[in-house]
Amino acid sequence: MGDTIIRVEHLSKRFSIGHKREDGDGLRHLLERSLRNPLALWKRCRGEREEFWALQDVSFEVQRGAVVGIIGRNGAGKSTLLKILSRITEPTSGRIALGGRVASLLEVGTGFHQELTGRENIFLNGAILGMSKNEIKRKFDEIVSFSEIEKFLDTPVKRYSSGMYMRLAFAVAAHLEPEILIVDEVLAVGDGAFQKKCLGKMQEVSRNQGRTVLFVSHNMAAVLQLTTRAIVLEKGRLRFDGPTEEAIERCAGIISSDSAVFFPVENLPRQYRGTERVRFVSFHFDRPAPIFSPGENFLFIARVRALEDAPRIRFSMTVFTGEGVPVGSCFGAERPGLRCGDEAEFEICIPNPRLAPGHYCCGVSVGKGDNRTAQVDYDTVLETLAFEVRPEEGHDGTMAHWSRGWGPVVLPNLKYQRAARVNGANGETNGKAVFLNDLAV
Amino acid sequence: MTEMLIIEARRTERQYWRDLWKFRELFYFLAWRDFLIRYRQTIVGVAWSFIRPFLTMLILTLVMKVGKLPAGGVPAPLFVFCAMLPWQFFSTAMSECGNSLVNNANLVSKIYFPRLVVPASSVIVSFVDFLIAAVFLAVLMFFYHFTPPPQILFIPFFVILVFAVSLGAGLWIAALMVEYRDFRFIVPFVVQFGLYAAPVLTMTSHVPERWRWVYSLNPTVGIIDGFRWCLLGGDNLIYWPGLALSVLVTLSVILSGLWYFRKTERTFADTI
Repeated sequence: MGDTIIRVEHLSKRFSIGHKREDGDGLRHLLERSLRNPLALWKRCRGEREEFWALQDVSFEVQRGAVVGIIGRNGAGKSTLLKILSRITEPTSGRIALGGRVASLLEVGTGFHQELTGRENIFLNGAILGMSKNEIKRKFDEIVSFSEIEKFLDTPVKRYSSGMYMRLAFAVAAHLEPEILIVDEVLAVGDGAFQKKCLGKMQEVSRNQGRTVLFVSHNMAAVLQLTTRAIVLEKGRLRFDGPTEEAIERCAGIISSDSAVFFPVENLPRQYRGTERVRFVSFHFDRPAPIFSPGENFLFIARVRALEDAPRIRFSMTVFTGEGVPVGSCFGAERPGLRCGDEAEFEICIPNPRLAPGHYCCGVSVGKGDNRTAQVDYDTVLETLAFEVRPEEGHDGTMAHWSRGWGPVVLPNLKYQRAARVNGANGETNGKAVFLNDLAV
Repeated sequence: MTEMLIIEARRTERQYWRDLWKFRELFYFLAWRDFLIRYRQTIVGVAWSFIRPFLTMLILTLVMKVGKLPAGGVPAPLFVFCAMLPWQFFSTAMSECGNSLVNNANLVSKIYFPRLVVPASSVIVSFVDFLIAAVFLAVLMFFYHFTPPPQILFIPFFVILVFAVSLGAGLWIAALMVEYRDFRFIVPFVVQFGLYAAPVLTMTSHVPERWRWVYSLNPTVGIIDGFRWCLLGGDNLIYWPGLALSVLVTLSVILSGLWYFRKTERTFADTI
């Protein structure tokens, strides 16, 4: 009990959704209605609006120094919970006890003013986030060097590139030193290197400084990487509270569609019309979330139905990056097929596709033949089977970095077939190649 | 170990004021920001703070001369400027304050701090303008070799009064504007109309005795009279029952403004 830093008890929050009023919002309408019917004004204040519980009876505790993920699909109440925790809005009922200063990175860069210079914005933003002037002065140099904008300190931020802007904003927020840090989707922005830096900072904050972090993200890979415990919210209720892996598992079905593991495709319209001898029914991944580790075999299950006899079939697929750029394709061998009306399941695997961390999508075809023979596609499904490859664990336990500029495929590690000294500094080789293996280097 | 902070449906009043104290530097920073950005990318910069009241004074003096309005036995520019000083402050402070929450909507919906900081700091920005204009008045008096009467010692009282009424009205408008943006259009109209409803160009003594108390319900009437009485003396007398009424109205505006603001504050983030 002594080490509980956040205790949430029976927290509920009700919103009244203003139903669509026919003749517009605002004062005119209010006056008009109250003139027509003086009771209407009273009524308007008392109900008549639809109520909606964003949070209902949520209770949990967080220990000091813990990093807890909060997951759930859009509208599950994550943001509302964070807003209440950071005191932006009040709960309708329930109680929260907090054992320290809370800083939220609900949206980094809030309170930045376009016209002010980087230097001025550091002070202003620091003050808005609750730092004292002396505190900001003390950390000023650190903030500047973290953000890497030394040269532009006295330039108005409206002339900054969006990357510089984000870096500065995160730098200020990251140096807040709160006891409780709330992070919501900050990592959606910035380039890979900066994202890694942010994640590193978060890990440092929790591991080395013993601070508590609440991390909200749709990026399951990041949640898995950073947290050991997660809370699943669904429709405002706490659905699960426990180990992250299990939480993601519980969450799998309810998370937004881009991280689904089951894809019914039978009735989906097709972009490319095949001959329809065989048609896909569904795909699914045999795991709670469509996340693969680097180096792992890519595996999914396809269910097909034969609309006519198909004596031989084969599957083929193309992997696209999240931006829709093709990465590569492959064909499977033909195999004995199906009779009309058969429904069959195939477990399909690409042995270690060597994909770099990131989001991908595959197009899958069923047909016959391949690139060396006459090829016919019976059915093709594009842009449905989406998955994610999570970043590799680095040597220091942080996330390994893979720059997007390096491309989507991790090529095999290079090998040195031959290493020879051709012209030594002392001239001892006289232009003759001397193999380094032989030299004492 | 830091003490536990409790978040509940109805936050305690005491905690609010303690937070307000904790965030006192934010007052300064927000005011500083507004002041910094106000004259960014202008050529003459802060000089606008002098030019604006000067031009308004010129125009109003012209109006007085053309309309042959009595100036209470002092040079017309002084007569006008003494009234403009509080009026300008009241009108800009009220409208800036009223707009402040909506203009800072991104802060209000994303970060916690006592919301009172935002409107209050915007009044402070207007107050800086007021001080600059006051310096301008001193220069004007020097120019006319005018020595203010001893009542000038009472001026702080009227400054506090105009500050209070501006903040009070501003708080009302700011809180209402969060839900009803209509006030964005109402306020400029009130300000424009108010210039004629307040005794900027005229003297209160011209209003028939019977109606003076009604006129005094407008709190700026007592304040402007007070400013003239303190700074100019002479024919500019104070109508004491009117002043008392102004003080009462001011008190009720600021107290009710605070009350309404505090009452609606908890839902600002949801409705803004």
